[in-house]
Amino acid sequence: MTVTETEALKQAEAADKQRQNGNANLLTGIPLAQKDIFTTLGVKTTCGSKMLDNFIAPYNATVIENFNQAGAVMLGKTNMDEFAMGSSNETSFYGAVKNPWDLERVPGGSSGGSAAAVAARLAPAATGTDTGGSIRQPAALCGITGIKPTYGRVSRWGMIAFASSLDQGGPMAQTAEDCALMLDVMAGFDSKDSTSMDRPVDDHTAKLNDNLKGLKIGLPKEYFGEGLDADVEQTVQDALNVYESLGAELVEISLPNSHLAVPVYYVVAPAECSSNLSRFDGVRYGYRCENPTDLTDLYTRSRGEGFGDEVKRRIMIGTYALSAGYYDAYYLKAQQIRRLISNDFTEAFEKVDVIMGPTAPTTAFKLGEKADDPVSMYLSDIYTIAVNLAGLPGMSIPAGQVNGMPVGLQLIGNYWAESRLLNIAHQYQQTTEWHRAIPTNFA
Amino acid sequence: MSLTDEEVNKIANLARLKINPEQVPEYASNLSSILDLVEQMNAVDTTGIEPMAHPQDVAQRLRADVATEPDQRELFQAIAPATEAGLYLVPKVIE
Repeated sequence: MTVTETEALKQAEAADKQRQNGNANLLTGIPLAQKDIFTTLGVKTTCGSKMLDNFIAPYNATVIENFNQAGAVMLGKTNMDEFAMGSSNETSFYGAVKNPWDLERVPGGSSGGSAAAVAARLAPAATGTDTGGSIRQPAALCGITGIKPTYGRVSRWGMIAFASSLDQGGPMAQTAEDCALMLDVMAGFDSKDSTSMDRPVDDHTAKLNDNLKGLKIGLPKEYFGEGLDADVEQTVQDALNVYESLGAELVEISLPNSHLAVPVYYVVAPAECSSNLSRFDGVRYGYRCENPTDLTDLYTRSRGEGFGDEVKRRIMIGTYALSAGYYDAYYLKAQQIRRLISNDFTEAFEKVDVIMGPTAPTTAFKLGEKADDPVSMYLSDIYTIAVNLAGLPGMSIPAGQVNGMPVGLQLIGNYWAESRLLNIAHQYQQTTEWHRAIPTNFA
Repeated sequence: MSLTDEEVNKIANLARLKINPEQVPEYASNLSSILDLVEQMNAVDTTGIEPMAHPQDVAQRLRADVATEPDQRELFQAIAPATEAGLYLVPKVIE
């Protein structure tokens, strides 16, 4: 979206000084790309929307501030689905990002710009945010590693809100080890975010080398059924065999309510988005329509012209679900089923240490293929959404290819088990090469 | 579940969104198919199940009721579309 060349050179000089003074850390001087959802002081933050085309935030997001403190260098801001609402990056006001593995295909979304930048080796690592799969699904489709931490682990302050009870920021990089280094900087309590959890942060690299003997991997039978591409399924199976050879045990489990995750999500997320996005009113910042005739005209035209179709659809679904007479049937019902979905995971984690399956049902689809059919687009997040509803940590790691397109293996951990997930991913990456694969045109 | 054009206009008004009249049927069709997807929830008996508002069932943390933020009016208003004398400008509300 925005390349911050001058600032990057300044930050690099500062990092050099930090090194000379002997107080550098592992991320000092490392160049990173930031998703354009994190506010950056003095640098445009668009969130992929015309609404914020002219928006320069008066403060840094906590995540940005943490990277600045560590001496990291920001290369620029990456494109994304508008307000993180999308699974293909096609809803961005600035146009779609293309998948570096095949320029006719989508990179996934909403953190598609970050995923494509890391896959094409334009940046060694980037940040993403994940509300229903927006780190894991693009990581899978672009052949990189990404982790969505437990809800409350990474500060949401300055991360433009979409669905507040689901949104969580996290790293996207080539390897689990790089993600661990990034997460060490990103994670932690922040008094400015009322949903940030005040609990100690692990050293995410400490357990990377633990062996996996006796690890119990749960395979939800619902994640291997109808809708899953047969070649993707085979690829995932091959990855699971690698884990068996590392000493892990595969256990079939059931998440009986998982088919309800997408329907529940499309009540909860739009409801929260309709509330969060009410702040964009054409008065205090952002887009304002020309020559408003009265206050209502100012609101409706600024919002009607400033938001794209997908954002408007979700605001309207949320408004409908929360409106008088419908609240119990939609929002309350969705919150009740959300508990059932969450309980499924709690029961599963009494039997297994980690849950695995495909990140997405297919490899990257063609640009435009699902753009006119919101519901078919929503189903590309069928395996990732439940994790956000439960607030659990989830990862996607490159696990093979089908017809030259990357396939992601999803790892789901118990609450606060980021270090364990990174360890499990790292051990796989010690014996496989998929995370090293680079798209031909970018090698 | 099928929304009429009239219902779409009503929802758009509640959400303060201007929708072009020629786009209303398309919205009606897309929103209806999303609501069809959502209807799958109706197959589940949720009697007696406590709604889950927070992923970890924790209450929001409260802070002491003291002023912590400094006045940054000029900084914040620098990005506003229209201000005058420290106030945000909107079209005339009272005749």
